[in-house]
Amino acid sequence: MKLDGKIPEGPLDQKWTKYKNSVRLVNPSNKRNIEVIVVGTGLAGSSAAASLAEMGYKVKAFCFQDSPRRAHSIAAQGGINAAKNYMNDGDSTYRLFYDTIKGGDYRAREANVHRLAEVSASIIDQCVAQGVPFARDYGGLLDNRSFGGTQVSRTFYAKGQTGQQLLLGAYSALSRQIGKGSVKLYNRHEMMDLVVVDGKARGIIARNMITGEIESHSGHAVVLCTGGYGNVFFLSTNAMGSNVTAAWRAHRRGAAFANACFTQIHPTCIPVSGDHQSKLTLMSESLRNDGRIWVPLHKEDAEAIRAKKLKPTDLPEERRDYYLERRYPAFGNLVPRDVASRAAKERCDAGYGVNATGEAVYLDFASAIMRYGKTAATVQGVHNATEDQIRELGTKVVEGKYGNLFQMYEQIVAENPYKTPMMIYPAVHYTMGGLWVDYELMTTVTGCYACGEANFSDHGANRLGASALMQGLADGYFVLPYTIGNYLADEISTGAISTKTPEFVEAEKAVRERLEGLFKTTGTETVDTYHKKLGKIIWDYCGMARNKQGLEFAISEIRKIREEFYKNVKVPGGMTGVNTELEKATRVADFIELGELMCLDALERNESCGGHFREEYQTEEGEALRVDETFSYVAAWEFTGDPSAPKMNKEDLIYENIKVQQRSYK
Amino acid sequence: MSNGNMNLTLKVWRQSNSTAAGKMENYQLGGVSPDMSFLEMIDMLNEQIIRKGEDAIAFDHDCREGICGMCSMFINGEAHGPNRGVTTCQLHMRSFKDGDTIYIEPWRAEGFPVVKDLMVDRAAFDRIIQSGGFVSVNTSGRTMDANAIPIPKDDADKAFDAATCIGCGACVATCPNSSAMLFVSAKVSQFALLPQGHPERKERVLNMVKQMDEEGFGNCSNIGACEVQCPKNISIENIARMNREYLSASVKPEN
Repeated sequence: MKLDGKIPEGPLDQKWTKYKNSVRLVNPSNKRNIEVIVVGTGLAGSSAAASLAEMGYKVKAFCFQDSPRRAHSIAAQGGINAAKNYMNDGDSTYRLFYDTIKGGDYRAREANVHRLAEVSASIIDQCVAQGVPFARDYGGLLDNRSFGGTQVSRTFYAKGQTGQQLLLGAYSALSRQIGKGSVKLYNRHEMMDLVVVDGKARGIIARNMITGEIESHSGHAVVLCTGGYGNVFFLSTNAMGSNVTAAWRAHRRGAAFANACFTQIHPTCIPVSGDHQSKLTLMSESLRNDGRIWVPLHKEDAEAIRAKKLKPTDLPEERRDYYLERRYPAFGNLVPRDVASRAAKERCDAGYGVNATGEAVYLDFASAIMRYGKTAATVQGVHNATEDQIRELGTKVVEGKYGNLFQMYEQIVAENPYKTPMMIYPAVHYTMGGLWVDYELMTTVTGCYACGEANFSDHGANRLGASALMQGLADGYFVLPYTIGNYLADEISTGAISTKTPEFVEAEKAVRERLEGLFKTTGTETVDTYHKKLGKIIWDYCGMARNKQGLEFAISEIRKIREEFYKNVKVPGGMTGVNTELEKATRVADFIELGELMCLDALERNESCGGHFREEYQTEEGEALRVDETFSYVAAWEFTGDPSAPKMNKEDLIYENIKVQQRSYK
Repeated sequence: MSNGNMNLTLKVWRQSNSTAAGKMENYQLGGVSPDMSFLEMIDMLNEQIIRKGEDAIAFDHDCREGICGMCSMFINGEAHGPNRGVTTCQLHMRSFKDGDTIYIEPWRAEGFPVVKDLMVDRAAFDRIIQSGGFVSVNTSGRTMDANAIPIPKDDADKAFDAATCIGCGACVATCPNSSAMLFVSAKVSQFALLPQGHPERKERVLNMVKQMDEEGFGNCSNIGACEVQCPKNISIENIARMNREYLSASVKPEN
């Protein structure tokens, strides 16, 4: 396999402009004869499908949910970055580019990230034009807040529901095209395989989740916008249905899978409460604008709190350890996610955790409430306000900013976070790894593209907060619609693609056999049992900290799980009609294979970078220690037929514009 | 970590497909922890059912954090259960007692046919949005700067509040008329309150209401149950606003 990133020549800040000026175009009358399949309707999928249809292509959009509006982008909370510099704090395209490369611990491609920063401002313009109700200040202009890993405020937001508002914007654009007949929507359809004809992606096999039928759909190109694979851990902040099957099946058909071990553990999630737990809930990173993270300074206090003999609110300041502010004075509570997560784990492992399981730290709003309260009292002309009055006023301000998040927390934990600090702990949230794509977002299968979280391209080894929404919409609105033309320009005389060819017939048959096989066991264990087993192994050995021995152990365990799964899984019902257990079983089968690849990838990368922390490679202060001479590359894994023996291909990362250095947030 | 100590009797609507007749089935479930979410309790019941070799209860769910709008159960006669301002996935078992009997049914409305068990087809909502729930702006890197038109904070906040609708359909399920007015009016209001929505204001409300009627949803008779049971607290002020929008769009002939 030859990896060609197809990075345009020329100075960094002119690559994209030059590319757009020279890329081939498809004229409107020819676009009408070209069909594009878009799988997934999150930010990347909806925006891509809508934009392609607006341009004149015929689009088929697929989602497994009952409506495209329910894709998991909807759950993104905190915001979307854009280099608008509305706050006059010195932001620029270059700074957004620089922060993203540095935040990714120098494991992302310069050209892709610069393009992302360049189009970021257009995203905000586009969304406002669609009627997305971003937060505004009293002058009627857009408001911004800060996220981790930056020293400017460039994050646009809509309370704690930014993802919802952006997705509904993209969904409305998509709906407009569905209403016009330019997009045909296939909801409750799950992609089960990619069909490759003469070396080109020509369609997909999908299962109709209502009737159970296995269907063939053809197109001149296939765009995968199917999100990340965080659910490999079983417990994650992903939606229950989020899965890797579409990407994994493309991988098995020839698409390289890159940097599988780069997963993001988000520092502020609600801690696990028991074995019954089905998923974890994120508390937005935006909370770190105002919340201060701490644990007790003394172990005795931590023990007393765990035994419920001491309340956190009773612990005086001098007996608290605001460990992020202590360790990273320059960025404080707003260090990047990987750094904040490891710091929480370090304190909890050392015995300072504050909940019953010892795996929680505090996120405290008391000082923010008082600070906002004082300002509000001054603004409202309340002189000599009492402490209670200030607290009340400040609580209102905090409620205005984060009300829905506080309400979510109270529902789950049954504690009032306005009165007592939140308890939080890191949880799996995002996956930087994904299908390898070139500058045009094409995978190593010709005509098969990957956008948004499904690809590996922009975040390196760690994603900065509020950059996932930016990337999803950048890919879908402003990148793919241009780059796909360069390929489709050759397809104008191809004509309609038949689904009767041997390749479709073979793929359809293979899917049917794969599914029928799951009913043939005489097994007794539920699908979830295996998913939980797999998730625990990966969390324990390929989670926040990894080492050689642990990874080798995990690989052997995962192989056992795979073998056992096919012997002993119990899938009730049959192929026809709604069968939710069958859906889960096909997804878990692919997660098992992916899990092994993650461990192999982590084992091969003998360095620490971003979210990939190999215990053998750390500085004296416990920070990630990169080994740039050897590992400054993208690991793009090729499927060989045996999930245990993938072949690794390297794409060297070349930094011409940024000086690669040890990341410091001190 | 909490102990599982609740025993429950569950009466669940089972219906094998959209054309089959359905009925309530009884299930006993023990070992339920008050810290479980309602859907985790259903997961546990399903594990029990699957181990017996029977067909799992089908229900819609996805994000499990109250935002995707997929979960949709009618619990003890109330959409999303007894608590206000939350979806079924956010409801926790601490809202129930040991020994309780819980009735679990799908949304019931002509516009939302049952697919299987507790799953319904809400594509009618998508079709209503497709009829006009958008601003007709194509993707372009050349729209005007996002700050070119200042929007009064109050209008922006109200538009946002309306836009937080998750499209779950609780309003329809709870309304004796199966009216979708709260859902439709939330979208109409969002765009009516923002300058970007103004050029298409009239066609939007007329088209969306027309589609709503065609889908078989009933009319609003000011009962207000929708607002009470809406998990996102969408206000019925939006319905009043939509009525005003509809009236002004209907009576003024186009020039």
